[in-house]
Amino acid sequence: MKLVSETILSNVTRAGQGGVTLRDLDDSGTLIWGDLEVVLTTDAHTVKPLFFPGGNIGRLAAAGTLNDISVMGVKPLAISCSIVMEEGFSRSRLETVVRSMNEVLEEVGADLIAGDTKVVERGDIDEMIMTTAGVGVTGRGSVIRDTGLKPGDDIILSGTVGDHGITILSVREGFDFQLQTQSDVGPIWGIVEAALEVGGVHAMKDPTRGGLSNALNELAEKSMVGIEIEEESIPVESDIRNASEMLGVDPYSITNEGKVVIGVDRELSDEVLSSVRATARGRKASVIGTVVEGHRGEVVMETRIGGRRLMEPPVGDPAPRIC
Amino acid sequence: MDLSSFHDRDAVQRAAKLLLRKAPRRQLTFLHVCGTHENTIARYGLRSLLPDSVRIVAGPGCPVCVTSTCEIDSMVEVAQDHARVFTYGDMFSVPGSGRSLRDARADGADVQVVYSLADAISIARKSPKPSAFFSIGFETTAPLAATTVLAGVPPDFYFQISHRLIPPAMRALLDAGEIRIDGLLCPGHVSTIIGAEPYEPFAREYGIPIAIAGFEPLDVMLALIDLIDQVDSGKPRVFNEYSRAVRWTGNRKAQRMIERVFETCDSEWRGLGTLPESGLRLRDEHRDLDVRNRFDLKPREPAPMPPGCRCADVLLGSADPSDCPLFGDRCTPPTPVGPCMVSSEGTCRIWYTYGGRGRG
Amino acid sequence: MCLAVPGEVEDIQGRNGVVNFGGTRRKVDISLIDELNVGDYVIVHAGFAIERMDEEDARQTLDLLRQLESAEY
Repeated sequence: MKLVSETILSNVTRAGQGGVTLRDLDDSGTLIWGDLEVVLTTDAHTVKPLFFPGGNIGRLAAAGTLNDISVMGVKPLAISCSIVMEEGFSRSRLETVVRSMNEVLEEVGADLIAGDTKVVERGDIDEMIMTTAGVGVTGRGSVIRDTGLKPGDDIILSGTVGDHGITILSVREGFDFQLQTQSDVGPIWGIVEAALEVGGVHAMKDPTRGGLSNALNELAEKSMVGIEIEEESIPVESDIRNASEMLGVDPYSITNEGKVVIGVDRELSDEVLSSVRATARGRKASVIGTVVEGHRGEVVMETRIGGRRLMEPPVGDPAPRIC
Repeated sequence: MDLSSFHDRDAVQRAAKLLLRKAPRRQLTFLHVCGTHENTIARYGLRSLLPDSVRIVAGPGCPVCVTSTCEIDSMVEVAQDHARVFTYGDMFSVPGSGRSLRDARADGADVQVVYSLADAISIARKSPKPSAFFSIGFETTAPLAATTVLAGVPPDFYFQISHRLIPPAMRALLDAGEIRIDGLLCPGHVSTIIGAEPYEPFAREYGIPIAIAGFEPLDVMLALIDLIDQVDSGKPRVFNEYSRAVRWTGNRKAQRMIERVFETCDSEWRGLGTLPESGLRLRDEHRDLDVRNRFDLKPREPAPMPPGCRCADVLLGSADPSDCPLFGDRCTPPTPVGPCMVSSEGTCRIWYTYGGRGRG
Repeated sequence: MCLAVPGEVEDIQGRNGVVNFGGTRRKVDISLIDELNVGDYVIVHAGFAIERMDEEDARQTLDLLRQLESAEY
């Protein structure tokens, strides 16, 4: 991935003028427009299987893009969606996918205002690829970055981790196990809005690819601070934890699609936490750590049994193991 | 059954306190030979709870790290030219002398990662085509292949048997005498199959304290406490800390199945060379299931370790990952050089991931 | 080579059982163990039960910590 970013960055001379540019490699980019800052993001989605417990590719695409805007502290206003599907893709499945997308839009109050569909020959792609772009607007300079953490801040995690990644594995051929928990795929705007209303939010990140560990490491690196995490405080559903143990996969490195990590001023931390916990999707929110001066760029964890270790960012997708 | 006490903070802290009280005056080095033990130690940060005079070192306990490059290269060849390959996740990204099964898949080969051999069998039954299963692992995993062979496999289903045995590796380690080992932490799940019996000769002949340990943090702590007590008493023996899963004679049924399907053979351990009678191969009557028997595969020589790579020393426990000049510099998880960094169970990889260097 | 987790046997059908790992359920091959019963606990490695887990032994191991402390303090 690094190679791809490097290739792109070294060949794009027009990568943004002011605001959050391509070079910042943040969840979204922004452009300044007078007193306003316009936030734009895009993502391609290919999930296998397309339909999984808790959602489908439509839900994933819509929530993913709305969340990339939300995590900048900006209300998502609209999305566009481009669907490429294989010849013969069933009409009823397409309907389900689009309805799911709409459900997410309804929840946030955002609109789908532009779209495109293409049908390709059978075998050219694997069933369906969806690409979404999203836009939001805020006051100039109000965008929340991942560079804003300050020593003394508390780190709040909005809910349980591992749900999406483990659910996807559970329905993959060659794995096949039953869970009670489902994918958490869904919009985080409600949670973000609740936190912003209280104030004191210095940085945010949604722990998608690479999971919680990746999000924390990126925050520590970009903000140039250290982060101390208390493992005991990280909420994990027990069936997800047990499935992770069984597969030998780290629940802290696995994808989440409905969670957010918030760095907040300690003074306002309690209030932000209650506010988040009062939202539908933030009931299991928890303070999982603090920001410190020392070990800049590193995340140190106090393990559940009281030991200490580093939380290094995961490399590649966590693969199940037998050893 | 409530097993949560085995990772209960209070219990582990109490054990840590005991360990500190029993802290030996001279430096003691204990060796474990199980990637999963290293994983437990690193992930819970157990080294940060040990007294300075107690050191736990990782031996060649990562079956993925010690699987020969020839075996990997052959499976890549099978995937590219002959059959669908099923593999455990561990082996998927490990390169042999050049490519990995993941690379082969990226080029269009049919390679499927499975959690279980049983899943591979059921996929093969549902969508028949020539298939090969990459059967790696130590004595814990060998019975799985054995029972499957005895139950009968679908047509056109073959095995690459790459199982290796722990006691011969332990013997090679102790004979190499590279480091002074004051005690051995034996692998709990290998012992579930082979029992505690096979370790008795080591306690006797080498006078070395042995503790079979489970994989929860409390298991490891209790085993370490016992090893220190054994060193103090001067009476080495085999202590079975993992009694809830390990019977003294092991799992006899599993052992019998292994006997029926496999025979021992010399085996090449990546980085360590050939160890006598340290591997398994299919018996003559089951040889028709051997992937080498079915397909005409290229004969191969083991590839040399990359220059500068100290995996061999790390595997023997005579060097820590941080002693290797490439560690964390040229050799990192995204750019691994040796097998210890490639494999998720490799000591170097675990150190890098959990910051095993020092006390975290 | 040692990743195996404990679970409770909930159902048995010939050489297969359904094992519950604290909320996660999976089909498990139980052919490596004789005379298994519903309600027994097993250690499962890569989809195969490799041994029974004994509750009494687990209790004794936990008790070991207490005994060691009594001897020491």
